[in-house]
Amino acid sequence: MTSGETPRIGPHDFAGLDAGPVDTSQHDLAQWERVVDAIIYLLGKKGVMKDVAEFRRHIEDLGPDVYERLSYYERWAASAAATCVEAGVVTREELDARAAEIAKRSEAS
Amino acid sequence: MTHDHTTPHRHPNQPDHPEPSSSYELLGVALNELLIEKGIYSADELRTQIEEIESVNVDSHGAQIVAKAWLDEDFLTALRADAADAIRSLGIDPGYTEIMALENTPEVHNVVVCTLCSCYPRWLLGRPPAWYKSKAYRARVVREPRAVLAEFGNDIATDVQVRVHDSNAELRYVVIPLRPKGTEGWTQAQLARLVTRDSMIGVTQAKAATAS
Repeated sequence: MTSGETPRIGPHDFAGLDAGPVDTSQHDLAQWERVVDAIIYLLGKKGVMKDVAEFRRHIEDLGPDVYERLSYYERWAASAAATCVEAGVVTREELDARAAEIAKRSEAS
Repeated sequence: MTHDHTTPHRHPNQPDHPEPSSSYELLGVALNELLIEKGIYSADELRTQIEEIESVNVDSHGAQIVAKAWLDEDFLTALRADAADAIRSLGIDPGYTEIMALENTPEVHNVVVCTLCSCYPRWLLGRPPAWYKSKAYRARVVREPRAVLAEFGNDIATDVQVRVHDSNAELRYVVIPLRPKGTEGWTQAQLARLVTRDSMIGVTQAKAATAS
């Protein structure tokens, strides 16, 4: 299969595209990435997220530009937030306000 | 290498894992704080969840399955029939998806990818490595697997068939690499030390016996 022969099913469909060499080096996760990783499991356990398909849908809905620009766990953070907003657990306003507060906190420290 | 996560400390990121554009990192941290405050889960549950995720490692999980399969013909037969059941019989949680063992032979080499995202047998191998989730690996391994394997230092002879398996949300794979030569009479613990994460994804071979 080469790119162009089969239509891509979404921004996440990388199969057969042209790309550079694979960077095989290791990458240690930052603490915020470990937290976001765990949030997804907890949202499933607590029934906030119905299934993994819901989580993937929110990632695929990011659109091609955002999908390719974000790092792996940034996509996960975006999807987890969208899941929680959709489930009515938090609001966008609460998230924005808290994010601004955290930014201010880390500036001060 | 030791890692102290209490002090500011960051490794160089890979191209697919750039410095977090701070807004999404902040979003993740903000979400976590709000979920704890609203009682969706506690800070203790978060810590326990991270520990649970990180307690799965190649040496105690995936490598034991491969070493057992090399040693025990009955286990290998069971693994072929129902991999999840066979893995459970070793006291290892196979995870919530279907799992299939792919046996390498002198004629066939298997390699695993998830072209659409990062589906991976996390219950056997831990978190996937960054390259497994990278665009370059996902795009190219289905089109030019031999070239990608060569980038991992794994040159597959032209008379060996390469099979690429695309994982999905319902089905995950674990590769059973070829048993290294010169390991006759070895114990399961000795054999398991030759089994690497990358050999169970299929991008490399198991370590040579001399390397143990």
